[in-house]
Amino acid sequence: MKDVTIIGAGVTGSAIARELSRLDLDILVLEKESDVCEGTSKANSGIVHSGYDAKPGTLKAKFNVEGNKLIHELSKTLDFPFKENGSLVLALEEEGRAGIEALLERGKANGVPGLRILEKEELLKMEPGVSKNAVCALYAPSGGIVCPFNMTIAFAENAVDNGVIFEFDTAVKNIIGKTSEDGEVYYSIETTTGIVESKVVINAAGVYSDVFHNMVSEDKIHITPRKGEYLLMDKAAGDLVKSTLFQLPSKLGKGVLVTPTVHGNLMVGPTAESIEDPEDTSTSAEGLGLLFERGALSVESLPRLTITSFAGLRAHEDGGDFIIGEVKDSPGFIDAAGIESPGLTAAPAIGVCVAGLVKNILKASDKKDFISTRKGIPSMALATPEERAALIASDPSYAHVICRCELVTEGEIKNAINRTLGARTVDGIKRRTRAGMGRCQTGFCLARTIPLLAEALGVDEEEITKSGKGSYYIEGKIKDSL
Amino acid sequence: MADKKADLIIIGGGPAGLAAAASARKEGLQDILILERDTRLGGILNQCIHNGFGLHTFKEELTGPEYAARFIKQIEDEKIPYMLDTMVVDISSSEDGIKTVTAMNPDEGLFTIDARAVILAMGCRERPRGALNIPGFRPSGIYSAGTAQYYVNIEGRMPGKRVVILGSGDIGLIMARRMTYEGAKVLCVAELQPYSGGLKRNIVQCLDDFDIPLLLSHTVVDIKGKKRVEGVTIAEVDENRKPIPGTEVYYECDTLLLSCGLIPENELSGKLGVRMNPVTNGAFVNESLETSVPGVFACGNVLHVHDLVDYVSGEASLAGKNAADYIRGEQLSDGEVINIKTENGVRYSVPSVVRSGHMPDTLTVRFRVGNEYRDTNLAVYLDDEKLMKLPKRVMAPGEMEQIILVKSKVMDILSRSDRSEHEVVIRVED
Amino acid sequence: METRELTCIRCPIGCHITVELENGEVRSVSGNSCPRGEEYASNEVTHPMRTVTSLVRLKNGKRPVVSVKTKSDVPKEKMMDVVKALKEIELTAPVKIGDIAAENVADTGVDVIVTSNDD
Repeated sequence: MKDVTIIGAGVTGSAIARELSRLDLDILVLEKESDVCEGTSKANSGIVHSGYDAKPGTLKAKFNVEGNKLIHELSKTLDFPFKENGSLVLALEEEGRAGIEALLERGKANGVPGLRILEKEELLKMEPGVSKNAVCALYAPSGGIVCPFNMTIAFAENAVDNGVIFEFDTAVKNIIGKTSEDGEVYYSIETTTGIVESKVVINAAGVYSDVFHNMVSEDKIHITPRKGEYLLMDKAAGDLVKSTLFQLPSKLGKGVLVTPTVHGNLMVGPTAESIEDPEDTSTSAEGLGLLFERGALSVESLPRLTITSFAGLRAHEDGGDFIIGEVKDSPGFIDAAGIESPGLTAAPAIGVCVAGLVKNILKASDKKDFISTRKGIPSMALATPEERAALIASDPSYAHVICRCELVTEGEIKNAINRTLGARTVDGIKRRTRAGMGRCQTGFCLARTIPLLAEALGVDEEEITKSGKGSYYIEGKIKDSL
Repeated sequence: MADKKADLIIIGGGPAGLAAAASARKEGLQDILILERDTRLGGILNQCIHNGFGLHTFKEELTGPEYAARFIKQIEDEKIPYMLDTMVVDISSSEDGIKTVTAMNPDEGLFTIDARAVILAMGCRERPRGALNIPGFRPSGIYSAGTAQYYVNIEGRMPGKRVVILGSGDIGLIMARRMTYEGAKVLCVAELQPYSGGLKRNIVQCLDDFDIPLLLSHTVVDIKGKKRVEGVTIAEVDENRKPIPGTEVYYECDTLLLSCGLIPENELSGKLGVRMNPVTNGAFVNESLETSVPGVFACGNVLHVHDLVDYVSGEASLAGKNAADYIRGEQLSDGEVINIKTENGVRYSVPSVVRSGHMPDTLTVRFRVGNEYRDTNLAVYLDDEKLMKLPKRVMAPGEMEQIILVKSKVMDILSRSDRSEHEVVIRVED
Repeated sequence: METRELTCIRCPIGCHITVELENGEVRSVSGNSCPRGEEYASNEVTHPMRTVTSLVRLKNGKRPVVSVKTKSDVPKEKMMDVVKALKEIELTAPVKIGDIAAENVADTGVDVIVTSNDD
């Protein structure tokens, strides 16, 4: 019998696992994919919102502001890339001014620090790349950008260092509430790999969170997957702007953001489209066209330097807010459901909140030997000459370049494979090290990464996948089928 | 203080770097160092196992590895030093003209080398899917043609069994035949443009010989398969390259190869502050193949993408010779400066500027046209005087063109010209 | 008189060649810029020939395969027979350019030779 089972190893599940690992508990995370960060967490804006957007009094508002503060600290203790670049909401026509002022008031009510309105002159002085059509903007200095992959991975790795177990390629099929002989409520979780019994279940299943909630509760919830498409541009476009540029919603729609990423690319997105299929992460010609058109409104000139495009799904619950807490008619079943934007920012605060709930339910005590810090994979690309020399001295394979676009070395890739919760797939390596994230998009490094993975895992190259079962790269040897 | 010193550093040990090194040595330059990131010399030629190389250079038809071996032998015979597995991570130029190259490899770690001249010969990379804005899922099974070529020809492994190829660049065409020879079924090659981006001879012997259809004015409009490619939808495009609704055809396949263009790999050139040509994505160079940074030369596919390795070798030999001259400190006056302007269908030229004082007796100027032209002429003017008008049966973007400027003729016109700024104009005319 | 238009594949220039045939016999060849083009065009309309380039397996090499080619052209219709015959062949390193990988491949009378060094 597990104390706690978390369904979903996205940023929410991983943040909860990390906070829970402070407690003396037996914790399991179930994930249907082959790695952490495989769903919504891998395909989003990577924005650490300051918190002016959510309606005051909502969970979104509360956890956003708290999460923002936590990420500032956690990026240091858990060593993941974060930058407080500030964000700007642009009014692109005079009639938008009222909207900007309303956002300012909302932000103040939510407790967002440092908000103020910039008039055109100051705005263009601060961000010369912004469209000359901009009238004014709301400036939120605490807005930031984060690497969503490495934040999720950092939480998960730290959780594992503190004893949490992650089971991948394990999908939950059914959950049944049961009562033990001594009257304790527990859950029997049927998975694709067997039955798990657990005192507490935490539902952090993203676009599937309604499915699991509804298995145990009569008070039904309903999630609509909302697809957001994105364009990622070459680093050559990365210094177009320093801040994250939002557009004030207007008659054209919600608007798209234009932002540098924490790694120095430029990103444009997202579109917003409600869909049926929670697996449909395909992009569309219309979506990609729209992004260009709308993104171009925020800046003077949007370069055509796309290196990749992708789509992510946000879990939108009908009520419009996060659902966080113990399910009324199912004691010990805790929802972290409907986590859409600002979910990435909110995740650490959700983790703290949910861990508190669990502590109460299970009367758990704090772990004495909790490890609070985690060290990320060293980056040759970002290292100083002295750090580079030291890394190479520690392992000469840090001088062997595998991904030349992003300057990722064999040493970093080996580190990514061999560490806690190490990479098992090419995408896993990519998200941990950035090998293949650059302008050639694995054109060069794929054929070098696959052999390294195969060797480290002790399997043939044919076994190596992009992102788990079915996503193989190699199909036999030459002349096999002649 | 740098860890090492060399008169000439050549970045890249592929066809361009090898020819440049051999030529600089022939000019008497002793202190040369080639830096190569792979585990052997030869560059992309090692994986180009098809034939068709060397007819200009060696007057016989060779495969890529055989062509490379001829040059590697020259390097070995001449005992020109090279470092393998060595990645250049930075390069800078100081005011006294010294270039400092920072590189690393597992044997020597991180080190710096000071050089008097540098030849950029880093080659090019393939344009990825993202740059093509192909919608759909992002499963495994989508490879650039060169990655697939590496897998098949170097590793002996198959990247898939039922293949659709997007883009009719030469590597894509070559891979259509290679995949067929190794047991895969190639369903078709789709090309967005109304003309092929590859050489005619490759269409004949890589597609026609195997009854593989070439679908001009077609593109991939959807990719199906969440884990691995399950199929692609191909549609015809209109004159604005926009898909025509109702023309979609679904192809069941497990592999999509992309052969949609090559981009010079100029990250290092950027670090040096070399002035870049947005049309070629390579450096602007003068008649000596010298970039805007004195003593830094460029040749091969890092300068502009070539169709024929023989032309790469020729260009690189010139760069090697000029770098040797530069290091010897030959003092020539620049003479008159002639800008080369391309217009009316001609997209760019290499070189883009000629200093008459440095011009050889004959100077080859290479360029590409932006569209397919039939029964037209190539006209070349110098300061409004016609230098030549060459009838052309066919010109296409996939085939590099060249003209030869004769110095005596150029000087003759310059002596009569009263213009203060001289200009060669290359254009397509009826 | 029959006229055939061809693209010469002897070299990458790809000359556009016109062949005039009468009763299956070549009467004239034009458009070529070298004698190889004339030879190619005459052969192509009567008995087309191709060089085949492929791979064979390699034991104890730095790489698991090594590139090969037919030493001279083989009849076009024999191309797939040639690669199929190569399926059974495995060489052992070291190999060098020019080594014979297979003699008289697929009964074409043509040998297959190695085109890369692997030592």
